Amino acid sequence: MGDSVSKPPILELKNISYSYHSLQGETLALSDISFQVHEGEFIAIVGPSGCGKSTLLSILACLLEPELGTIQFQNPDGSIHYPHIGYMLQRDYLFEWRTVYKNVTLGLELNRKKTKENLAFVDTLLKEYDLYDFKDKKPSELSGGMRQRAALIRTLALKPQILLLDEPFSALDYQTRLQVSGDIGNIIHKSKKTAILVTHDLSEAISLADRVLILSGRPAHIKRDLPVRLTKASDSLIASRNAPEFASYFNILWEELSNEK
Amino acid sequence: MKNKKTKALTAQELYLKEQRIHKRTVSFSRFFIFIIFLIIWEAASDLGWIDSFFFSSPSRVMVCAYQMLADGSLLMHIGITLAETLLSFILVFVLGISFALILWSSDKLSEISEPYLVVLNSLPKSALAPLLIVWLGTGMKTIIVAGISVAIFGSVISLYTGFHEVDHNKLILIRTLGGTKKDCFTKVVLPSSIPTIISTIKVNIGLALVGVIIGEFLAARRGLGYLIIYGSQVFLQKPSVTQMRFHAAAPFYFNEGPDLLP
Repeated sequence: MGDSVSKPPILELKNISYSYHSLQGETLALSDISFQVHEGEFIAIVGPSGCGKSTLLSILACLLEPELGTIQFQNPDGSIHYPHIGYMLQRDYLFEWRTVYKNVTLGLELNRKKTKENLAFVDTLLKEYDLYDFKDKKPSELSGGMRQRAALIRTLALKPQILLLDEPFSALDYQTRLQVSGDIGNIIHKSKKTAILVTHDLSEAISLADRVLILSGRPAHIKRDLPVRLTKASDSLIASRNAPEFASYFNILWEELSNEK
Repeated sequence: MKNKKTKALTAQELYLKEQRIHKRTVSFSRFFIFIIFLIIWEAASDLGWIDSFFFSSPSRVMVCAYQMLADGSLLMHIGITLAETLLSFILVFVLGISFALILWSSDKLSEISEPYLVVLNSLPKSALAPLLIVWLGTGMKTIIVAGISVAIFGSVISLYTGFHEVDHNKLILIRTLGGTKKDCFTKVVLPSSIPTIISTIKVNIGLALVGVIIGEFLAARRGLGYLIIYGSQVFLQKPSVTQMRFHAAAPFYFNEGPDLLP
């Protein structure tokens, strides 16, 4: 993280707490969460299931208001503003009544931003991720991996500054999952997007992220903030998994999570 | 190799032939049952097993229908009923979608109005008809309101249920892409509710017809409902006229009426 210390963080969370309310009482989901994200970083958040990982993402996506604490979004030039946030949900939710092209341009349509350059940008994304020939097909004609790539293009079309990924590969079978997470990891690294990935797959977290935040069980607080440095031969996901440090990182994460409960 | 291919083709042809035979059997049997029914009906009334005065017979119905067709009155009555049914159906469709949209947009409102909708839906609508006459007079207005009253509450309930069952995550997706509540409705709820809307349409056409006939029973001088009630009332005073009217209207409606509509 040494290189990014000089720059102000693009996103800063200070003492975030959130609880769910029901007639039976109050359940504290997040307790005093603070961390910073710098531009271009890829952060993975892991934690025991049901600990509030998705709640945290919903707060970052402004779908939920934190009960306590503040979130600050910052521009690289230091001014505070509302950045565009891209949120990839657990499943692709492509609409069957729209073609692939109409699906990936949905965000532009909703924001009335279907300008010539934005549509041209979508076309380059489609070509880059091998979906251009399928743009007039229905989503059901695509494979699981292609659907996930289409969902990513739909998110990227709005040129978000921060990408939030909520277990975006969990609905895929194992082989597709490895391939797609590799693809999407490369896409994000190449475009130097800032990304926050929530996952329960430890090897996915280590192989994709620059930094792993380990959350405790409910109420979630940050147990450990673990920078990941892998010596790898190439950019591929398999190279990451074959890196000599991979096993020790895996063990650290495993220990931290097994100590819960 | 070549042999194999011809064999595969014959198997396919055999399958197609089987399907054709199956289809033909079904449509022939359907028609056959109808013919048998007509023959038994005709025979029963001719041979005096049933009183043809009360039960009529296919030949008498044909004659009466022909006479009424010839003087144009039958088509006029059918046309009136069709127009009224269509109008109340369209109103039910528009009002139903609008009310369902209002309920969908506010959880509070839908919770408040739920018991009222259930009560209004289970209310016997034919009981409303005499009141409608008092309120709206005898005329087309009453008949169309009667047609609407039968179909509207059920369609609001089923449309609202359909709107409400849309996958919540798809609405979250619209919000994460920066869409508004209106976008949620037009881009997600409406397109994914199309099957519900179509099934509501199918049910509503039938219900609107029932409502219109009820209205015509009480408040019309034209239309199939009027024809039925006229036939059965005149029957009490002048049996000779009834012979024609009653026979024409009742069986015609029950046999042919519903088929005239999609």
